[in-house]
Amino acid sequence: MSVLFIAVPAALAFVTCAVAAFTWASRSGQLDDLETPPLRVLHDDATSAATGRPRAGSRTQD
Amino acid sequence: MPSTDPITVPPPRVASARTPPPFVRSATACGHCGDPVPATRIDAASDTQFCCDGCRVVFAMLKQHGLDGYYELGAAEPALATGRDYAEFDDPSFLSLYAKQHGDEQTLDLLLEGVHCAACVWLVEKLPALVPGVTECRLDYAQRIARVSFRDERGGAARERSGATAATTPPTSPTTTHASTIAQPPDRLGYPPHPHRDGERARVQRREERDLLVRLGVAGASAGNSMLFAIALYSGGFADMDAEHLRYFRVLSTIVALPAVLWSAQVFYRGALGALRARRPHMDLPLSLGIVLGIVWGTVNLMRGAGEVYFDSLSALVFVLLVARFLQVRQQARAERAAGSAQALTPRTARLLDASGSPRLAPAESVTRGARVEVLAGDVFPVDGRIESGHSKADTSWLTGESAARDVSPGSAVFAGTTNLSGRVVLRAEQTGAETRAARLWREMESASARRAPIASLADRASAYFLLGILLLAVVAFLAWLPAGVGPAIQAAVALLVVTCPCGLALATPLAVSAALGQAARSGWLIKGGAALEALARPALIVFDKTGTLTRSELAVVRWVGDTSLGSEIKALEVTSAHPIARALVTALDGVDAAVATEVVERLGSGVEGRIGGRHVSVGAVRSIAEPLPPWTVEALAELREEGLSPVIVSVDGVVRTVAALGDPVRSDAAQALRELRQRGHRLALLSGDHSGVVAHVVRELEAQAGTRLFETARGDVSPEEKLAFIEAARARGNVFMVGDGVNDAAALAAASVGIAVHGGAEASLAAAHVFATRSGVAPLIALVDGARRTLRAIHTNLGFSLAYNVVAASLCLAGAVTPLWAAIIMPLSSLTVITHSYRRRMFGGSS
Repeated sequence: MSVLFIAVPAALAFVTCAVAAFTWASRSGQLDDLETPPLRVLHDDATSAATGRPRAGSRTQD
Repeated sequence: MPSTDPITVPPPRVASARTPPPFVRSATACGHCGDPVPATRIDAASDTQFCCDGCRVVFAMLKQHGLDGYYELGAAEPALATGRDYAEFDDPSFLSLYAKQHGDEQTLDLLLEGVHCAACVWLVEKLPALVPGVTECRLDYAQRIARVSFRDERGGAARERSGATAATTPPTSPTTTHASTIAQPPDRLGYPPHPHRDGERARVQRREERDLLVRLGVAGASAGNSMLFAIALYSGGFADMDAEHLRYFRVLSTIVALPAVLWSAQVFYRGALGALRARRPHMDLPLSLGIVLGIVWGTVNLMRGAGEVYFDSLSALVFVLLVARFLQVRQQARAERAAGSAQALTPRTARLLDASGSPRLAPAESVTRGARVEVLAGDVFPVDGRIESGHSKADTSWLTGESAARDVSPGSAVFAGTTNLSGRVVLRAEQTGAETRAARLWREMESASARRAPIASLADRASAYFLLGILLLAVVAFLAWLPAGVGPAIQAAVALLVVTCPCGLALATPLAVSAALGQAARSGWLIKGGAALEALARPALIVFDKTGTLTRSELAVVRWVGDTSLGSEIKALEVTSAHPIARALVTALDGVDAAVATEVVERLGSGVEGRIGGRHVSVGAVRSIAEPLPPWTVEALAELREEGLSPVIVSVDGVVRTVAALGDPVRSDAAQALRELRQRGHRLALLSGDHSGVVAHVVRELEAQAGTRLFETARGDVSPEEKLAFIEAARARGNVFMVGDGVNDAAALAAASVGIAVHGGAEASLAAAHVFATRSGVAPLIALVDGARRTLRAIHTNLGFSLAYNVVAASLCLAGAVTPLWAAIIMPLSSLTVITHSYRRRMFGGSS
């Protein structure tokens, strides 16, 4: 059972990282708007998110 | 485009070369906005038809950029484009007022009208594809605010100097063209943009919200892990754990829980200290006391190596309480922000005249006293001032509640926020920005809301008694176990404080309220806080403001007097006009075929005349008739005036044949909805700034439709001050709801137990009101009061659950029968019951 003296602190280190990540995310405002991202997911279409321009050949153009 | 900016009015009746599209009904729907396409615009050679060139351009623009997927996303709402050029966005003061500089990029927040579905999010975020130079556009759907990042001239220059990707950057146009170039495409697509700035309050709120979320996350991690160790301890209790491991887990459980009880729980400690200083009982006080006692006793037990360490329960308690608090704060802040952002819709643009008399668009905030400002017909006055030249009519209903327009001429005072209806005027600015009458009214309204005594909510009162009871019980437990020694006595008292977990109780109201507010928001009601919900559930005196709530707020033919066979002739003359009266007449004659008219002349301010089948027909105001009127007409006119209706006279070859009575008709759903409100035990009153005759007529009309008496008070010509006095007097006698839509109502809205601002109302009322409707009409009010009643029932059930649990837990505790294991099992059960119950109940929408 002495493995606990190593395993538990290791687990707690992970927890600390997770808490730090969460703190960073919420302080930088990433959790302010929880409504638009679910809608954005629906927009998986021919345009790439980075430029907003259509990818070649993926959509008919006139 | 089929509709114009909502704050402008249709163009006045002026004989001009530009003929608006005729109002012909056709089965063809516009390929962009879905409005009917006028027969004259149907292009037989094309697959897709458009109601106007604006729609054609938008359609072509979307198709050209490969964005025609927009139409597949089912965007069915008609677009709202205004076609403005947004020149004021290029004023040098604009960017410094609204934009923020980030490196070589500027970010600008734009509040977009008309954003309503997933397709809108998709389209708006494609702005970078439409405007070169825009690097990113992110839309906050709930708030309808798009954050646009773009490069301006200075940024471009910096890039070139640094020698970086200068070659790939297209030569950027000067800063001053960029902001307006960004604003135009959203406008053409039907999302008129308004510059947006967060108020100080919104910024503070957002910071607090984030801080609370971080504390919540930390408490969650603490509680979860601490409980894991606690489980090891509890199970170790059955399976003879090594003393070494036992001690290890006790220490771990304590250390891990410390962030929750020492840092996250500060929210409650601060609340408790505040309550102590203000000498007012508050939920936070006993909560903090319980937590602090638990910490002290847990530490003592840890030190002496015996007894329970309570840190797992304590951190779980802090976590659950923070969840409740966070949900509550977030819901309320969101409702407030949604109402507040509507303020951005007020005009922020002025047409400044320079020395040579040529106009320049500038933000209204940058206008200084003494500046000359041009205001076109249909625009909103941006500042308070005096007319220098020009004659017009001003719609001051926003300020005074008077729905009839007021004549203004050189020397007249005009006020920011009111609308210039009929002609171009030039005025000299006297008061601007925060000094305008509208801004002063706003501040009065704000101070009225600050004066309002807070309503102690039912749950707060209930929990205060309950927690007092627990404290007494803890003392009883301590005294009862004292004969067995100080140690067991303290342990019994602390166990009682911790085990009779106020979780369920603390969660009962916030959870039900936040679930209800969320459901209400989805069905079109923004409710600011639980106190309003509680008041809404009780019977009240409902005071209506006539304009906009009970009537349709548009001109329509109420009835015809005289010969009714002239429909096709009237339609022939009016069908080409864009004047509100002409549109009302044409709408009333829907289904009648228009005759063929020749020599049609439209005369400013008096009407239309023309030749139809050899006869001379004229449709117009009373003063356009030169001949003495026949007796029946005089009688009819007097009757119409009594009812507050405007007459339009139709004469053939100089003989009066028909009088059309135009007015603001009552909403079709109003009478039925008012009767149902009465059946639910509410009393009704009507207070209006309108003419008494109009009010009396509306009441007669509604009561005739409902077949019963509806209003116990109905008064016209009521000034804002009288409204406020009436509400305050009624408030002293009982529960009062005020349903209003104008800034003149704002003080009354704030003074009522619940102020309800209806859709289409003035922005000030949104800030004053406790409840804001995004749907118009009276019928949604019924859903609102029913929803509030269901919410209150859900709260009562929740309180019942948690009280029952606590009574059982407390008695077991007093008997010394509760082991920490049992407490750990029962405690979450009560919270879970409350959570499930709150979120499964349909309070708004759904069942109604």
